[in-house]
Amino acid sequence: MTGHRIETRGLIDRSKPLSFRFDGKTYHGVQGDTVASALLASGVRIFGRSFKYHRPRGVWGAWFDDPNAVVDIEFGGITYPNCQATTTQLIEGLVVRSVNAWPTAQRDLKGVLDFAHRFLPAGFYYKTFMWPDWHLFEPIIRRMAGIGTLNTDVQDNFEAAILHDHCETLVIGGGLAGLMAARTAAKAGKSVLMIDDHPEFGGSSYRYPNDAADAPSNWVDEQLSAIEDAGGRVLSNTTAIGVYDHQAVSILTDRGVGVAPVVRKLRPENVIVATGAVDRPITFSNNDRPGLMSLDAGAEFLARYGVLVGHQIAILTNRPDAANVAAQLENAGANVDLLDPKSGAAKTIGSQTIKGLQLAGHTHTCDTILASAGLTPMVHLWRHAGGKLDWDEGRQTFVPSTGPDWMRVIGAANGTFERDALEEEARSAALNAPSPKRRIYSIPPLLPDTNNTEGRQWIDFQHDVTLKDVALAHRENMVSVEHLKRYTTLGMAGDQGKTSNVAGLAAMAALKGQKIPEVGTTTFRPPFVPIPLEAYRGAHRDTQVAPLKRLTLEPDHRALGAALGEYGGWLRPAWYGEDDEKSAVTRECQMARSAAAIMDSSALGAIEVIGPDARAFVNFVYYNTMSNLKPGRIRYGFMLTEGGLVFDDGVMACVDDTRFIISCSSSHADAVMAHLEHWRQDSFDPDRVHIHDTTQNWSTVTIAGPMSRAIVEELGVLDTLEDLPHMALKFGAFEGVQARVARVSFTGDTSFEISVPNSSVSKLWQQAIAVGKPHGAGPVGAEALIVLRAEKGYIIVGKDTEGETMPHDLGFGAPRLRKSAAFVGDRSLHTDNANREDRKQLVGLSVDSGEPLLPVGAHIVTGQGPDRRSLGYVTSSHDSVALERPISLALISGGLAAMGEKVEICHMGSSRHATITSSCAFDIEGTRIDA
Amino acid sequence: MQRFPCPFCGLRDEREFRFAGEAGKTRPDTTQEVSDKEWANYLFFCKNAKGPTCEIWVHTTCQEYFVMERDSATMEVLDTTPMRKDVA
Amino acid sequence: MSRHYSAFSVFREGLRGHKGWAPLWRSPAPQDAYDVIIIGGGGHGLATAYYLAKNHGVRKVAVIEKGWLGGGNTGRNTTVIRSNYFYPESTQLYDLSVRLYEKLSRDINYNVMFSQRGMMVLTHSEAEMEIASRTVNAMQINGVDAELLDVKDVQKKAPILNYRSDARYPIHGAIYQGRGGTGRHDAVAWGYARAADQHGVDIIQNCEVTGFIIEGGVCKGVETTLGKIRSDRIGVAVAGHSSVLAEMGGYSLPIHSYALQAFVTEAIKPVMDTVAFSPMTGSYFSQSDKGGLVIGGGLDRIPSYAQRGNTPMQETVLSGIIEMAPALAKVKLLRHWAGNVDVSPDSSPLIGPSGTEGIYINCGWGTGGFKAIPGGGYVFAHLLATGQHHDISRPFDPDRFRTGRLLDEAAGSGIAH
Repeated sequence: MTGHRIETRGLIDRSKPLSFRFDGKTYHGVQGDTVASALLASGVRIFGRSFKYHRPRGVWGAWFDDPNAVVDIEFGGITYPNCQATTTQLIEGLVVRSVNAWPTAQRDLKGVLDFAHRFLPAGFYYKTFMWPDWHLFEPIIRRMAGIGTLNTDVQDNFEAAILHDHCETLVIGGGLAGLMAARTAAKAGKSVLMIDDHPEFGGSSYRYPNDAADAPSNWVDEQLSAIEDAGGRVLSNTTAIGVYDHQAVSILTDRGVGVAPVVRKLRPENVIVATGAVDRPITFSNNDRPGLMSLDAGAEFLARYGVLVGHQIAILTNRPDAANVAAQLENAGANVDLLDPKSGAAKTIGSQTIKGLQLAGHTHTCDTILASAGLTPMVHLWRHAGGKLDWDEGRQTFVPSTGPDWMRVIGAANGTFERDALEEEARSAALNAPSPKRRIYSIPPLLPDTNNTEGRQWIDFQHDVTLKDVALAHRENMVSVEHLKRYTTLGMAGDQGKTSNVAGLAAMAALKGQKIPEVGTTTFRPPFVPIPLEAYRGAHRDTQVAPLKRLTLEPDHRALGAALGEYGGWLRPAWYGEDDEKSAVTRECQMARSAAAIMDSSALGAIEVIGPDARAFVNFVYYNTMSNLKPGRIRYGFMLTEGGLVFDDGVMACVDDTRFIISCSSSHADAVMAHLEHWRQDSFDPDRVHIHDTTQNWSTVTIAGPMSRAIVEELGVLDTLEDLPHMALKFGAFEGVQARVARVSFTGDTSFEISVPNSSVSKLWQQAIAVGKPHGAGPVGAEALIVLRAEKGYIIVGKDTEGETMPHDLGFGAPRLRKSAAFVGDRSLHTDNANREDRKQLVGLSVDSGEPLLPVGAHIVTGQGPDRRSLGYVTSSHDSVALERPISLALISGGLAAMGEKVEICHMGSSRHATITSSCAFDIEGTRIDA
Repeated sequence: MQRFPCPFCGLRDEREFRFAGEAGKTRPDTTQEVSDKEWANYLFFCKNAKGPTCEIWVHTTCQEYFVMERDSATMEVLDTTPMRKDVA
Repeated sequence: MSRHYSAFSVFREGLRGHKGWAPLWRSPAPQDAYDVIIIGGGGHGLATAYYLAKNHGVRKVAVIEKGWLGGGNTGRNTTVIRSNYFYPESTQLYDLSVRLYEKLSRDINYNVMFSQRGMMVLTHSEAEMEIASRTVNAMQINGVDAELLDVKDVQKKAPILNYRSDARYPIHGAIYQGRGGTGRHDAVAWGYARAADQHGVDIIQNCEVTGFIIEGGVCKGVETTLGKIRSDRIGVAVAGHSSVLAEMGGYSLPIHSYALQAFVTEAIKPVMDTVAFSPMTGSYFSQSDKGGLVIGGGLDRIPSYAQRGNTPMQETVLSGIIEMAPALAKVKLLRHWAGNVDVSPDSSPLIGPSGTEGIYINCGWGTGGFKAIPGGGYVFAHLLATGQHHDISRPFDPDRFRTGRLLDEAAGSGIAH
């Protein structure tokens, strides 16, 4: 047993024991422990294995800076892969597994890989596995790689939330400096939010216990009370994950294993970063053995968890405050050797764990080594915000220099390592006063010695990057800092280089004969610590991902047994009744052609264009001439993009000279609205034309079929239907409420669209069904309508058109040649491309009697073998009930000039034939439409 | 997440806005002869400047188009002005 | 010195402490003049230089890079390689790339780890299945491998996806290209650079172009932070910054620059053996050989030259991933970043003369330039060596914006680039 719990110290509650399992054995900890502190207190040293060589790995850091003690956790049937044992709060019943080790971290069979290390240098995989084929090796490499193991059976039951929050001053880090700054800012009247990623505020203060009255926890409590008394707020267990454009900061509260995290997004006026600094490993031979920890880890495990990490401890550091830590450890009962790493080459002794330290030829027996080559300030958030860094030779690290005026970095994160300098710095940041000058601070440089190549000296513990790998990168001219990182994978592990980057840069600088700042740093990217993907999800879940639009009549459709489906973003009735789809659609088609279809057309867009310039406006946005449309009349037309492509089709009614109603595809209403606004504000006087989307205010019941006239007459919306020809509009009333009746048809039969405000539509629908029933009419869903319109060759934009289709490809060529007024897309209809004769054009296809339906997506092809090419494809295909044969629409190159030609159809490699016909297959003379 | 000042509604979340194109483009008079080159320049070609830019944006919630000057490298917003002539 | 790479050379070098490896490339000072100068040391520029030297015997070629090799979109993308396109013109270009990728590791003696693990584009409705069959048929007719998978086939290949029928976007099937997959993006840049260097190409890093030398309207070279370098033929392959160079060179482009974000999680043991893209959420992911999930999605909505992204698209893309594969919700995101991409009006690239004599462009690859590196380099080298288009690059000439012959794949096939 090396690490153990002592009787005093720590922020833990020794009266609340907790049990958990690690690699199949039961262990005990107490309330307030992390997984790492509980295991260390139980004498565990080996937590896992390294990524490449499967070297045993113990704890290096006590908090987020630990790259080694990565574990998988299972709790409540869910796996949490790749958890840091040092930051995971212990709770009862956790099942903890070491990663990258089999069967256990203690005895890992793949540990033999370490013997082959000389043949596995950085990037060996770029030089090998090319012969005979990479695919033979890749599966093996993939199985060897990876860290944690995910249970893929888990279903979605996560409730992570994203909230918006506000404060004037955000203080990130509630250690000494952060507490002082938050207190000052709060007292100065700022609304303050202070966060800290630990469960307890106070940072490093617990490492320096005084007498009881002046205990650190008392001081911390005093600060917190002062902050809260002044109206400030504090959030523990909360990490700032990133700073984004325009002063946005995201913070994440980790509420422990099994509880969903909460993300808050803020845009504070001032951000004070007091995120501290972490120890840097010393680069020396076999410096990766379990039992070698950071100096601060030794102090923190003692101060926060009452865990003494060893009995015989060697401290190896250039830090001036090492004696302090040594005294604390000795007080707790350890024997401590304070050693000078500058005295000569060092090497650890031991196989799996530390047995001693060899330094400058002397062997020091010890079970634990606490090492530090100096502190690295956590400047990540400063860099996210665009702040710059300077190399500070005295501190031997990068510190913040110039940057955004709304962000201040204080405390150890700013390279201010002297406790007595914190107060002034914190105060100045809180009051937005000029920063005090950095004091002179100097530690002896303790950088990798590139002349000493003895043994393997680890720089990145998790990814097994050693000094030799840096030397290899240098030898191969991979000398840019990004090449070094990407080639050796240095700094790409879970800690993203928090412990390894400076040593890596220093080694490369030494090899290149440059100064460290000349080598530069890699980019600091969010998130500050790895966080679960669910934290980015928030409300983007289930039905809230692209919410469906709902019809006012939905309850009526459900009452009629409608099968509902998604059409253009709306939940609409697909068909009605208990039958299977095919029988239902057949029945509805027959009803529509023999009696009448009663349909909910409310999803169609209804956009009003109003004002003295309305007529000029609609003439400009439509391909078709609209300038001569008379009041009370309706015209079909296309809207084009400025590139001349068909953007939408539909009918437009002229109410009077200053009011038009555009009916557009249901899926397009929002896009059409945006398109119209664009042109209104670009090319018209917005005071003289106004656009209003009424889609969500009005509902429409369509009655179409031979019996429609009789039904509509009975409904009594209009006094008479005599003066309402096809493509005309009249206003009437339904039960005292204004109603519009439009004679437009999407089925080819006589058809009436009756529009009323939403509040009246249910009654209208029910009456229409009741009145229609004796006539043999009934409700018809979207699937049957799609068949009925295809029989007539009426297109659905986006289905029967593609992103190249121009109106003349659909047989509407006249305005292109004749319309004299300017309109959107006009010039694009006269490019070389628009004039091509081999453009894909809309036609029908018929198959020989008895042959089955052509599949949608089948291509019309020409040529054989390598010369085979596509001429177009089938866009719609249905079994026509009225015609008792399959019908299809297709876009075919030069199709309009090839009527009657037999063409080859290719689908999934097999071939058949069809004949090009007109796109209209039913009632070609058009006698039914105004019957 | 960025924030843009709509000249009518004030500072709003970037998700409420849509980029509508570079400022300074005039639609050629298509009732007159327009060359392929002229049309292509209007329809497709752009400056795409790195640094200060002048663009048309629409605030989709109030549907007003406006001119925004901003820096495409630093993301700093320099100024926004309405396109309506009757608004000062 | 060990120059040739093989298992044997690694073993031999292992015995002597890897002391004998040669540099991957030299770091020469620029010469006064070259036959061809390529601006941009990304994948496209380096591949172009390699094919210029190897296929066309052009002797004096320089690649000028303002930062470090592969530091632009080559080193920032999500490494997907595929040729699942709709139009024959696109197929020819992208499938040339896939075919070159298939042989690339051995061609340049550098393992780029092209893993043909398959690429699937999911469908979420019967209507999408119809559009998918249109695409699959087109690919097959164009001579590219393609299958239409039903939901059972998809589940076999990617069991981790969401097969619940009550999902917002239930999976109905997929367009599958078995020859598609992923590659090691950095290795593509490094491998081409090393191979080009071995053919005598000068690769000059940390050298920024500050202007063009224009004499009588004709480009005669470049001005750089390391001085003037002359050449009669200059190829510009600087995705993300194409308009900046255009401004210097006196030509204009139909391009907007946008930030495109990418995401990688911590490494986990293999859970996903293919690449899956959901057009409805716009998100896609694969798992790298190292074990991290590599995630991508749509463009940020604000034109940008900043190589960083914003939270709205992060939330859209990552919530889309959880919709696709809810089991990934607890996997931890390690890092996210962004590149600047050239977005052209039809989302297809521009390859051809720039409009200023002597300058040729290779740009406009949108979000999918990585997969096109070998093909793009191959045809661009042909253009620079001969002054004439290769048949495959002809349809991508910028003149298509005047003739109207755009190649808008998204419009044709419903597949985003």
